[in-house]
Amino acid sequence: MAATDFDVPVGLSGDDIPLSVAVNRSPADRRFRLAARASGASTLVVMGLVAVFLAKGAWPALRIAGARFFTRTEWNPDAANGSFGIAAIVWWTVMIALIALLLAVPLAVASALFINEYAPRRLRRALTALVDLLAAIPSLIYGLWGRAFAGDALAGVARWLSRNAGFVPMFDVRGDAYDSSTFVAGVIVALMVLPIATSVMREVFAQTPVAEKEGALALGATRWGMVRAVVLPFGRGGIIGGSMLALGRALGETIAIALIISPKYVVDARVLERGSNSVGALIALKFGEAGSTGLSALLALGLALFAITLVVNFAASFVVARSRSGAGVEA
Amino acid sequence: MTFRTLDRADTVPGSRSAPAPPRASASLEAQSVSAWFGSHKVLERVSLTMSAGGVTALIGPSGCGKSTFIRILNRMHELVPGAMLAGRVLLDGDDVYGDQVQATDTRRRIGMVFQKPNPFPTMTIRDNVLAGLKLTGQATSGRDALVEQSLQRAGLWNEVRNRLDSPGGALSGGQQQRLCIARALAVGPEVLLMDEPCSALDPTSTRRIEETIGEIARDVTVVIVTHNMQQAQRVSDQCAFFLAAEDEPGRIVEAGATAQIFDAPTDPRTADYVHGRFG
Ligand SMILES: Nc1ncnc2c1ncn2[C@@H]1O[C@H](COP(=O)(O)OP(=O)(O)O)[C@@H](O)[C@H]1O
Ligand SMILES: [Mg+2]
Repeated sequence: MAATDFDVPVGLSGDDIPLSVAVNRSPADRRFRLAARASGASTLVVMGLVAVFLAKGAWPALRIAGARFFTRTEWNPDAANGSFGIAAIVWWTVMIALIALLLAVPLAVASALFINEYAPRRLRRALTALVDLLAAIPSLIYGLWGRAFAGDALAGVARWLSRNAGFVPMFDVRGDAYDSSTFVAGVIVALMVLPIATSVMREVFAQTPVAEKEGALALGATRWGMVRAVVLPFGRGGIIGGSMLALGRALGETIAIALIISPKYVVDARVLERGSNSVGALIALKFGEAGSTGLSALLALGLALFAITLVVNFAASFVVARSRSGAGVEA
Repeated sequence: MTFRTLDRADTVPGSRSAPAPPRASASLEAQSVSAWFGSHKVLERVSLTMSAGGVTALIGPSGCGKSTFIRILNRMHELVPGAMLAGRVLLDGDDVYGDQVQATDTRRRIGMVFQKPNPFPTMTIRDNVLAGLKLTGQATSGRDALVEQSLQRAGLWNEVRNRLDSPGGALSGGQQQRLCIARALAVGPEVLLMDEPCSALDPTSTRRIEETIGEIARDVTVVIVTHNMQQAQRVSDQCAFFLAAEDEPGRIVEAGATAQIFDAPTDPRTADYVHGRFG
């Protein structure tokens, strides 16, 4: 920061004026700065181009639908008097992601802590490798597995939940179909994002300064006490970062969800009931058969997802930057 | 064990009036302690008695096993993967490595101050002092009095009394180290281990900590590792000289009253070391 950025105190006397320090960078330093800036800028340019492309493609549909694009629940852009809006699709997309996060984040924190703090050293290596391996499994496999095997079991869980806790609006079910639901999709997506979230959190937890951990243990803390007092506060950035990464993937998940859900175009709270929706799945399913308005509408839908993801990520990086592990602050 | 928990509650009185005096100091006796990191043996049959209420200084060149020894005393050694040990450590006559003894209990009774100050940086000064109580689930009534008393004993109260809610990481190095001492004292330990507590500090802070040691030594047994011969002479009444010959584990060459170790050592190597004639 140049010295001139300082607030010059009022009433500076005589020659007591802050120097303006000239920054004299070496050529290597300058080249590096240039390269770093160029690559940083190119990322932004690509993102900008994507947004522009989407916006341009989405424009015709947005003009037809107007503000109701955000409030309508049905999706018939190519019909003669077609009306369409993203309310139901975005609603269910977010619900699936929230269910996934609700399940995956606590599990990921627990797994990461177990691997780092409790597992014996050799098991730790094996588990770390396993988690990374799981993270590499394509989501298609999770979707197939969810549809072919896990779906029935989860439908059973859903039935039990709605019979015993149906008074909770979310657990209410009209009719008797418990498969292909938001809940089933959320659970499968939770399993899908669990490895990457665990992996991110584990790496951050592992950076916790040993001196602080020993400080807690030397006071007589149990391992769990030490984790709570030192590792979790330090790892806050990792927990948030891992969760946001998981959220991003959950919001954008396409094929696994497309395999599991059967589409519905209403907004309600009944997550255990058959039927759900998802931006990614809908785009994948409708893209081939879409007419010109339909295509434009799908692009508008994509643009909406793009905006949601951007907001989520900005919010996350804001929080992460304010936590110790995120900012890399070392006392 | 139950009795211990009850005893300890006494150090945290329910009222805001003057806290009860800390519990009595305990003697610590290492019997034939050996230590390994993996297959590397770093300590060989070290025996040393650290009498209750005394200050014992451990001196010797780097790498001779002083830190390892001190970490064996409060069961921190076993936290290092691959670390092993042999021998016994008696705290008031009871082996801290006994079958019935929990490491967390031992660590609560034998506090530790590390070479590099390690307060919990984002916790407030007050919470740092109280951290041990929370971590060990002890009664936390009379907190304010305990915070004040502990900071007083560590010689930090006057400097921080008006900013108890600012983070511990915002203090200077010397203040952080005294905060760590206060944090260790707040749980009412019978022994306080200090591993080169002043090696990262300026002379003034060092002085303050030496004064603190002089004061707490009345009710806590102190074991301090130091490379500073003057410091050892100033603060300790007992001294043990550790030495590790090349490729050999560390041993105690000589131990005894500080005056004797410095003025009339029996081993020529001790004489060489305390007079600075050592590589
Ligand atoms: N975590 C560790 N892993 C392996 N070896 C260690 C570890 N800590 C210390 N050592 C070895 O143990 C010996 C004694 O070290 P230490 O107790 O730290 O000595 P001092 O405190 O007297 O300088 C040294 O040879 C050191 O290299
Ligand atoms: Mg050492």
